[in-house]
Amino acid sequence: MRFSLNDEQRGFAQSLDDLLGDADVPAASRRWADGDGAAGLKLWKRLADLGVSALCVPEAHGGLGAGPVDMVVAFEALGRHLVPGPHVESAVLAPALLAASGGGPGLDALADGTTMVTVAAPPLTPFALDADVAHEVLLLDGTTLFTAAAGEARTSVDRSRRLFDVHRGEEVGRLEPAAAERALDGAVLACSAQLLGAGERALATTVEYAGSRRQFGRAIGEYQAVKHALADIRVALDFARPLVYGAAVSLGAGSPDAGRDVSAAKAAVSDAAYLASRTALQTHGAIGYTEEYDLGLWINKIRALTTAWGTPRHHRARVLTAITAVSP
Amino acid sequence: MNLDLGDRERAFRDEARGWLERHVPESPLPHMDTAEGFEAHRRWEAALAADRWSVVSWPAAYLGRDASLLEWVLFEEEYYRAGGPARVAQNGISLLAPILFEYGTPGQRYRYLRPMADGTEIWAQAWSEPEAGSDLAALRSTAVRDEARGGWILNGQKTWSSRAAFAHRGFGLFRSDPAAGRHKGLTYFLFPLGADGITVRPIPKLDGHPGFAEIFFEDVFVPDTDVLGAPGDGWRVAMSTAGNERGLSLRSPGRYRTAADRLSALWRERGSGAADLGDRVANAWIAAQAYRLYTFGAVTRISEGGGIGAEGSVNKIFWSELDVRLHETALDLLGAEAELRGTGAVADGAWMDGYLFALSGPIYAGTNEIQRDIVAERVLGLPRGNR
Repeated sequence: MRFSLNDEQRGFAQSLDDLLGDADVPAASRRWADGDGAAGLKLWKRLADLGVSALCVPEAHGGLGAGPVDMVVAFEALGRHLVPGPHVESAVLAPALLAASGGGPGLDALADGTTMVTVAAPPLTPFALDADVAHEVLLLDGTTLFTAAAGEARTSVDRSRRLFDVHRGEEVGRLEPAAAERALDGAVLACSAQLLGAGERALATTVEYAGSRRQFGRAIGEYQAVKHALADIRVALDFARPLVYGAAVSLGAGSPDAGRDVSAAKAAVSDAAYLASRTALQTHGAIGYTEEYDLGLWINKIRALTTAWGTPRHHRARVLTAITAVSP
Repeated sequence: MNLDLGDRERAFRDEARGWLERHVPESPLPHMDTAEGFEAHRRWEAALAADRWSVVSWPAAYLGRDASLLEWVLFEEEYYRAGGPARVAQNGISLLAPILFEYGTPGQRYRYLRPMADGTEIWAQAWSEPEAGSDLAALRSTAVRDEARGGWILNGQKTWSSRAAFAHRGFGLFRSDPAAGRHKGLTYFLFPLGADGITVRPIPKLDGHPGFAEIFFEDVFVPDTDVLGAPGDGWRVAMSTAGNERGLSLRSPGRYRTAADRLSALWRERGSGAADLGDRVANAWIAAQAYRLYTFGAVTRISEGGGIGAEGSVNKIFWSELDVRLHETALDLLGAEAELRGTGAVADGAWMDGYLFALSGPIYAGTNEIQRDIVAERVLGLPRGNR
């Protein structure tokens, strides 16, 4: 047993942080929200060069065939840095669906990042993210995969999440129910990892602010009320993290408990990241409530992702069903 | 990254499981904080020790099995799963023994560890004083040098001393140099609770049993051989105990995992009329699972040479609050029967007993308010300042 990242995974996380830390991602996210995808697409390309788009594509199709743990490492970084675009859909869900249904756009083009795919999967995910930018739109209806066309645009609280209704097209293929569930679990886990990264970032930003912002002659981070609120976020994130990575191990090992573990991770990390965002806003006060200040981008991102890919309530219900099932 | 057990670990777990299945008493022992229950629990400790299951992580020379940290976690999981009795020797084993291994003289280790491991001598902790609770460094009990007899004279009062009502020996801090600073001039002493000049006054806890006590010291002589660590170095020595208590060794994940599984079973039986509690049952299980995985992460870190440090405070806040929430959920599921205790109550009142026990978690080993200060300042790096 070894429940920690290996050196390669730490190195991967570090190179993603290095790339994204220097890329002014919040500015790219704002432009993406306004329909100017140039900076976001450039980022997409650079992330593909680091292997993000190839992670979940089988090696036979030019992918890395990496496991869910590597995927979680990548998506934690994407969440921490606020990267826009349909990464969950194109890098995680689409490869799994296409590999399992044997059709659709080429996996090879997904792997090298030249094709960007988005997917709607109602009822949990009724809208297709960034369907206007993506080269292909897919619709997973139960266990049948269809091509789809982008319909009417919807507006998310996170404006960088450009959502679209979808219109069903041709059937691409059918999946075994277990394969469809596993593919969706991958997407839920990727979203969970993004929430983990976003929550960590909200906390780090807030710790920094609380240490420098002064009121009544001292840093607000000296006040016990502020200290304890921030400590509670540390606790919540520290205990959400092992659930996220534990679910990755479970999914990677093909455990029969993988669905339960992914749902436990999504429920816990949604709560933790949401707590982080609320406390971050409260600690920053009015400046955090402005559109201009970047913290708001994370606050709105976390709000959107909390209910994306299944609400915490949905995932808790799935856990409850699993843990109260009478064992065979 | 993997959560797989090796052959050695699986064999160890299976051996523990088999032994516990054969030996855990069928009906619960009387409460360990009663005279009768205390003796019954000591006999259980002796039975554990006879087959080397009382202190699996200790060296073989002291009745242990040289088990790894992971094996210790596995043993604990099996122990709770099997419904093993509460460990009356726990204070000595998890708080004092690590200090004896680190700072004790060979003579102290020889004299104290084996009788601790087999339940012959039960130890009580003597930290808090009436004016020194969370602010432990405010303690005022004194130790004065007695050069003629080669030892120290203790005076003062300790309180909230767990197990002291029936225990044989105690350990605690005394101020040996009143001129030194708050954290300096403290010395760590070991003493028999039956020594001349010691009076123990048991204090019943919220559950009605005398689980802790006040200890009064009136000119109690302690020889130099019962000073643990160097005179004046007591704070540093004791803080490594506190780190243990807050961190891994006091609360194994087995307790929460078993309790969460029992809560799931309870929901299966009684949840139909309380659908709104389903979220809380799921949350309790998720939290127990998080604690388990977190522990595996910590075990990995420690086995690779890392430490726990102030992160022990993160841990302590989490398990203590999880424990209370989990038991509250069970009580809400039990409805009007929740308040019942003992015979006639569901599971002989185990949920209420567990709840009353859990209530002490956010208080002892440093209240959770102190832990949040530690997390904020030492983990997050917020300014210490004027809280």
